[in-house]
Amino acid sequence: MDITFVIEKFILVAIIFGISLVIAMYSTYAERKVAAFLQDRLGPDRAGPFGILQPLADGLKMFMKEEIIPTHSNKWLFMVGPGLAMLTACIGTAVIPWGSPITIGGKIIPLQVTDINVGVLYIFGVVSLSVYGVMIGGWASNNNYSLLSAIRAASQNISYEVAMGLSIIALLLVTNTMSLKEIVEMQHGGNWNVLYQPLGFLLFIICAFAETNRAPFDLPECETELIGGYHTEYSSMKLGFYLFAEYINMFVSSAVMATLYFGGYNYPGMDWVLQVTGPTIAPLIGTAVLFLKIFAFIFFFMWVRWTIPRFRYDQLMHLGWKILIPLAIANVIITGIVIAIVEKF
Amino acid sequence: MEPLTSKKKILVQKPLNFAERMYLPAIGKGLKITISHFFKKEATIRYPEVQREMSINWRGMHSLKRDEDGKERCTACGLCALSCPAEAITMIAAERKPEEKDLYREEKYAAVYEINMLRCIFCGLCEEACPKEAIYLDGPIVPSDYLRKDFIYGKDKLVEQPLEKK
Repeated sequence: MDITFVIEKFILVAIIFGISLVIAMYSTYAERKVAAFLQDRLGPDRAGPFGILQPLADGLKMFMKEEIIPTHSNKWLFMVGPGLAMLTACIGTAVIPWGSPITIGGKIIPLQVTDINVGVLYIFGVVSLSVYGVMIGGWASNNNYSLLSAIRAASQNISYEVAMGLSIIALLLVTNTMSLKEIVEMQHGGNWNVLYQPLGFLLFIICAFAETNRAPFDLPECETELIGGYHTEYSSMKLGFYLFAEYINMFVSSAVMATLYFGGYNYPGMDWVLQVTGPTIAPLIGTAVLFLKIFAFIFFFMWVRWTIPRFRYDQLMHLGWKILIPLAIANVIITGIVIAIVEKF
Repeated sequence: MEPLTSKKKILVQKPLNFAERMYLPAIGKGLKITISHFFKKEATIRYPEVQREMSINWRGMHSLKRDEDGKERCTACGLCALSCPAEAITMIAAERKPEEKDLYREEKYAAVYEINMLRCIFCGLCEEACPKEAIYLDGPIVPSDYLRKDFIYGKDKLVEQPLEKK
């Protein structure tokens, strides 16, 4: 392994890490602004022009707050919890192809940290891990509400992972590969997977809402019943990490949805742009398009939050087990039959 | 049982049809409603920079008026303090000296005139009681402060600015 390869990957990792943190930071701002606009309000507009410095002020506030570790908590786990939540949120970005390979000075650099051949499974595994941060934090707090919230989060994530996995299986039947890079390249030329798997996409996005603990499935953070949820006992930057991890999760799942179903960095008229602008600029435009798709999904997440009220716990379980899973299985079977028929004739 | 009114309506709860049970059309409708609000004009007023227009009978902070020559109109008769239901007004009267003739309109004037803004209920009875048209509640909202003593407004805050000398 030569040193340039290491440097190249290191730079890419640093950039992606930085971008996901900045996006998570500004998601908090966007959330408040979108919420305000949807409710005929203005939202934060005091810190800087249009309140653009609000996330910095919030971050500074978080850092300044007193760090409290409850006496009866499991101190080690209490500290591991937020770190784990942050870690699992961040590592999901590693396999997402952010753009087609870019040529800089005659050297071709792939805009993807690693193209493992089981990329979809990796994403799925990381998403499953994300519940551990919540569970460990809730357990270690030694607080009834935190524990209830952790239990809710665990059962919710497990229930919805089944439907999510089944909807991915139907997608894999179509794509025949688990490498995210190949899945994206396959969708070149408006050939987006959402056209082949509309039901699969619907199931996937519903499960993504549940996996990221976003409204209407934000039961682990249900303030009316659980005070703050699993982070009731947390303060200072530990709380900040939990809130941050949630937004990074949202960013990653938006990126995954854009990659799996909406063509990733592909856009109509891509080949023409490549001819006109050359192999250095064109991939960057593709990356910009991918980010536009991601932002659209993030906006959709926020839009739904202010539209649909929270599900009751039994409704959540009913939807997950009795509706989404049978639908997902039916989707797998129908997809399989259709593919078999298409290949036969 | 016989209905007690003629307005009785029997509520029929139909079972949900398939589209309603799917829940998605309803969500779509909801999303359409919320996004329509996204483009509406916001109701917020950016307060310190932009101020809401007050109604014509708005009662705000008091001001002690001057007459057309710039003399203080108040003659310290005490009717405002008497009429005040919250007992917020205190005054000490004094006799005008000959050299103060262009400062005060009448021979008697208020040497001290204090309104406790924490007591005042902004009812406007002082305005109505005043025979000299010396006090009006035509100012802005009384600003907030930290100490109780700072809410007792003396003449320095209440009396109108002197007229510009022509």
